[in-house]
Amino acid sequence: MTIADPTLPLAPTNAAAPSRTPSKFVDFCRQQPLGAVSFLIIFAMMFAGIFSSLVAPYDPLTIDFASLLAPPSADHWCGTDAYGRDICSRLIYGARTALVIGFTSSFVGSSLGAILGIASAYFGGRIDAWIQRFVDILLAFPLIVLALVVVAAFRKFSVGGVDINLIVAIAIPILPRVARVVRAAALSVRVAPYIDAARAAGYSHTRIIFRHMAPNVVAPYLIMLTAFIAQAILAEASLSFLGLGVTEPTAAWGLMLSGNAADFYRQAPWMILFPGVAISLAVFAFNLFGDSLRDFLDPRFKV
Amino acid sequence: MKITRRTALQGTAGALALGMSGFDWDFTKANAQAPNVKRGGVLNFAISAEAPHYDPAGSDTYATLHFAAPFYSTLLRFNLSKFPAVENDLATSYTVAPDLMTYTFKLTPNVKFHDGTALTSADVKATYDRMRNPPAGVVSTRQATFADIGTVETPDPLTVIFKMKAVNASMLEHFASPWNVIYSAKDLAENPAGPRTKINGTGPFIFVEHVKGSHVAGKKNDAYFKKGFPYLDGFKGIFTLQAAAMLNAVQGGQVLGEFRGISPAERDRLVQTMGDKIRIEESSWTLNLLVCFNVDKKPFDDVRVRRALLMAIDRWGGSVGLSKISTLRSVGGVIRPGSPFATPEAELVKLPGFSKDIKKSREEAKKLLKEAGQENLKFTLWNRNLAMPYTPAGIFLVDQWRQIGVEVEHKQSDTGPYLATMNAGNHDVAIDFSNLFMDDSSLGLAKYLSIGRSPENRSRSKDEMLDKLYDDHLRERDPEKRKAMIRAFEKRVFEQGYQQPLLWWHRIVPTHKTLMGWKMSPSHNLGQQLEDVWLNV
Repeated sequence: MTIADPTLPLAPTNAAAPSRTPSKFVDFCRQQPLGAVSFLIIFAMMFAGIFSSLVAPYDPLTIDFASLLAPPSADHWCGTDAYGRDICSRLIYGARTALVIGFTSSFVGSSLGAILGIASAYFGGRIDAWIQRFVDILLAFPLIVLALVVVAAFRKFSVGGVDINLIVAIAIPILPRVARVVRAAALSVRVAPYIDAARAAGYSHTRIIFRHMAPNVVAPYLIMLTAFIAQAILAEASLSFLGLGVTEPTAAWGLMLSGNAADFYRQAPWMILFPGVAISLAVFAFNLFGDSLRDFLDPRFKV
Repeated sequence: MKITRRTALQGTAGALALGMSGFDWDFTKANAQAPNVKRGGVLNFAISAEAPHYDPAGSDTYATLHFAAPFYSTLLRFNLSKFPAVENDLATSYTVAPDLMTYTFKLTPNVKFHDGTALTSADVKATYDRMRNPPAGVVSTRQATFADIGTVETPDPLTVIFKMKAVNASMLEHFASPWNVIYSAKDLAENPAGPRTKINGTGPFIFVEHVKGSHVAGKKNDAYFKKGFPYLDGFKGIFTLQAAAMLNAVQGGQVLGEFRGISPAERDRLVQTMGDKIRIEESSWTLNLLVCFNVDKKPFDDVRVRRALLMAIDRWGGSVGLSKISTLRSVGGVIRPGSPFATPEAELVKLPGFSKDIKKSREEAKKLLKEAGQENLKFTLWNRNLAMPYTPAGIFLVDQWRQIGVEVEHKQSDTGPYLATMNAGNHDVAIDFSNLFMDDSSLGLAKYLSIGRSPENRSRSKDEMLDKLYDDHLRERDPEKRKAMIRAFEKRVFEQGYQQPLLWWHRIVPTHKTLMGWKMSPSHNLGQQLEDVWLNV
């Protein structure tokens, strides 16, 4: 119940309520200008990835031995590689590979990690202890090392040209990291009265976890998801560079840095320069966007 | 009369038969000491692939040979200073009957296997019998080569007599094959498949360890039958699957060489960074990559599909571009270009897949695919995970086939699973290899024989016409008639399109100048016993 202050003029009742989404977005841009810039970079990357066949000036797989190692020019903005393939087009198509693998593995890893973290917090006791020891074991390995182990242990398996074992390899190391953070958030939710009420009402564990606890840990989940996209893109590039990721002639940024690039980087530095910039920019953008989102959403960061 | 290498070889064989039967040359008495040789030290060298198993008789990859050759001996071997002349290894002498129907070898006495047992003629017989008629569970990639041997007799412990069922004009050279390492008869009796996992040879080095993913190590065999050899105390073959890692290791001195071969760009990098510390040797190579269709799988059982895919490949254009960035270089048929029996370019361009008018060839390819109902063909190209030259070949083929509207998924795998997949017939289309140690057609053509005769035929084709042509050409001693038969064989292979050479390789080997005694040859399968290699440090 609210009491109107008689000294203040009442807002006109027929005034249209301001649209919620644009104001949030504008607020975000005003409060987090670096976040807005990073969002623009991500948007450009997503646009290039989705519409690569329209945006790319050349087919990324077409070999042109007449243009081997051509320097950047009006015809080839980023030059060509050792097969005469247009580097700019391969970067644009590479954005698709980075996004598909980066987003999917981050989504799978973060979602499974979130479920594990909430379940661990909800059940507590022995289940919590076992899950957390398992998480401890996984956390003992650096992300790239664990991804290397997983990708080396399983045979390559792809569906529709998407490397499934690569996605799994990157998702597994993400899982414990998200589980640990989400568990911490879920622990405070577990003791909330409405959870006790749900229990008292006889709701199932599944319903309590997914309907009542999960929505209340969405903020840390989203922040982790965004932050791990950058890590996943970097992991994909690293694995491809080591020859364990996607296979030639697929356009992928990490792959563009390996193979012939190592032989010709002195003669044709653009072969490593542009993919390197693309990876750095993408990682920078996703990390910055994740940080900005946290600062924007977390009430503790607001005065 | 025109004197060819073959007639000279036959003359030599005759002379040997007449003059050398009573001549015993004991290698053990030879003075092993070359001038200024320094003894000792351990040679570290790079192997760019890990051996799928230890048995050279069942393998056709250098990964097995570079791994295992230092532990074994063969009856004869090629003299790399006078290639393709042969010389004794385990044999101290040999005679060849003038009709080429009997080969008699005298073995070096007092040769011991690494387990201490004495080598006798029974070991040679058991080894060759296993290659000719492999028991169940044993793969012999040499089966076709030795099919002409009728019997192997052992009149005494140091004499082996091979009696032929039919003439094979190249048999002497086959006895010098580096793949025919001699195993212990006792070991083979215990487990015929034993050599795949256990090493017990008579070679200059004794097996110490194989650490998977890391290295193979051997130590000096003090009881080696060639006195004074080997010079080294041991060796370590380090698996460097990544070309960049191998180059860094050569550059940093962790390894003193890579004996298979590197690309032109890698050569340039080493020369640029190492200057006069690196030695570069180059040669044409008895090795080619093949486009191989699994004819047991649809739609590759249809000759129109196979021919269409072969006709889409611009080999002439590809050779110009790929030779700048890889070890692939020459366009050729089933025999190494430039060698005496090779098909000249003027004849080659008339064969399917070798036309220089690539536009017209691709139009025809599209028509063939349409006729076969395969306008939207999609398949997986199975390839080896070796950067040089398998990856460039894969990238090139994917591009060539896309130009006739074919969608290809390129899959690369390490040597073990790569070979296992092809040997089990689980591939659609693969980039296979023809790894030869000499130019002789009896070797080069064997890969195209029916699968029942030639397990390394990964197209799994069965073609009686090819088998007959091959057998007839083996018996033919007139070089011109033999050449005509080789042409007929090649024409049949390419018209059927079971498998076809993509490009032939060019060999570039980098070694540190401190590594001495190793000899360059057109084959990376030869000269890997390492007995006369030494370190000038």
